[in-house]
Amino acid sequence: MNPPPDRVNGAAMAGLVVMGCSAGGFRALTEVLSGLPADYPLPVMLVQHLHLNDEGLFAGHLALESPLPVTEPFDKEEIRPGHVYVAPADYHMLVESGGTVALSTDGKVHWSRPSIDVLFESAAYAFGRRVIGVIMTGASDDGSQGIRTIRSRGGFTIAEDPATAEFPFMPRSAVATGCVDTILTLEGIGKKLADMARNIISFPDETCRYE
Amino acid sequence: MTNTQDNVEAIEIDLLLEAVYRRYGYDFRSYSRASIERRIRHFLSTSGCGSISDLIPRVLYDDSFFSRLVRYFSIPVTEMFRDPQVFQILREKVIPVLRTWPHVKIWHAGCATGEEVYSLAILLREEGLYDRATIYATDFNDEALDQARAGIYPAERLKDATRNYQKSGGRRSFSEYYHAHYDAAAMEASLKERVVFSSHNLASDSVFGDMHLVFCRNVMIYFNRDLQNRALGLFTESLVHGGFLCLGTKETLKFSAVFRMFEEVDEKARIYKKTGGS
Ligand SMILES: C[S@@+](CC[C@H](N)C(=O)[O-])C[C@H]1O[C@@H](n2cnc3c(N)ncnc32)[C@H](O)[C@@H]1O
Repeated sequence: MNPPPDRVNGAAMAGLVVMGCSAGGFRALTEVLSGLPADYPLPVMLVQHLHLNDEGLFAGHLALESPLPVTEPFDKEEIRPGHVYVAPADYHMLVESGGTVALSTDGKVHWSRPSIDVLFESAAYAFGRRVIGVIMTGASDDGSQGIRTIRSRGGFTIAEDPATAEFPFMPRSAVATGCVDTILTLEGIGKKLADMARNIISFPDETCRYE
Repeated sequence: MTNTQDNVEAIEIDLLLEAVYRRYGYDFRSYSRASIERRIRHFLSTSGCGSISDLIPRVLYDDSFFSRLVRYFSIPVTEMFRDPQVFQILREKVIPVLRTWPHVKIWHAGCATGEEVYSLAILLREEGLYDRATIYATDFNDEALDQARAGIYPAERLKDATRNYQKSGGRRSFSEYYHAHYDAAAMEASLKERVVFSSHNLASDSVFGDMHLVFCRNVMIYFNRDLQNRALGLFTESLVHGGFLCLGTKETLKFSAVFRMFEEVDEKARIYKKTGGS
């Protein structure tokens, strides 16, 4: 029997990077993404708190500054390695264990839609140890719960150093959970993500629920 | 978390959804797994139960507990003239074609609490099409449908609605369309004259015939691809040749079984025209 379409891709996925930022996010993301090689082997999904009328402008601008392709995904789009997916304004973005995107218009979480927690938690439940979660600059505490969940399911967690973050509140709140594995500058985050992908062997596949 | 614990949770969720289906006939087994899991976990945290398994006997023996759960499964988030540019494009590209039909039948699937139905009714009225149109507004959430029928909304939400209405190419003063009483606003009664509200489940019920426009936005995002294909099959069958399908701004036919039956009319507004089949 063929696997159901929602589950085709996920089992083969080596890992997944999820990122969250708010105020100051554009500059931070540009710096982190420019630290990644053009053949980066992992997909990157990110939530930036956006203005309701953004209509894809943020993703478009980020694409100009990034070595990797950047788009807002459609619902049920397959996640590809080396591609950056930006949650569309006014939708939560989740990931299915089969490696597809699921969007939702459920109520706001931490006054935000998209919410970082929603993305992080769905990634943690779908991909367990294969998730790397990154929290960067922002003035909200969205993402902290997500960091906890990623950590409790065996994933790896990174926070931008609050001492150098443009808006330190969000990474500080993540660090305060006690569930952050490493605290780095933006440059350090880019390097770390590149290194971890190179050593991707260290993400055993056994965590995938549907194998 | 170990692999076994993951599997156990997956089994618990399967069993819960199976119980709901066999006991009450509501089929959530083919919903987007990520979204439904999130809703189940959220419900669990407010339920006083310790695990997803503990929800199962409660659901089986207690109707009111099930009603509470199902409310979590069908959260009717909506607003008037959501994505104003979509309504503008409807005016420009779809209305002129609808005008060529003597009677216009519209299926508004997943209409939630009705805000979009009234938006559509206003648009048709302004374009002079309302009197020869029938809007079939359906949802499987009966509470939401009751609110849609009543057409009474908190007055403070009318502010956003007014802004959206103007951005959508609205030509009048939006206040003509409702009567405000203190903190509530009742939509003008004639806006529901041509609307038939009814309960319909896209996962189990059948088609409505001879539609010229099917409007189904942000409903199928909660389905997996199989169930999306089922719903899209219903829409395809319902539409007349040359009829239109309008999806949410982040939904596409690209991954669906009916892709070849449609032609894209507008990329941004996610409007398609049925060109294949009968
Ligand atoms: C997010 S609301 C969309 C409302 C509106 N179309 C909009 O975009 O603003 C989703 C609606 O889909 C309805 N729905 C979910 N599953 C359904 C099903 N199987 N059959 C019919 N309606 C369903 C829910 O009850 C809810 O009202």
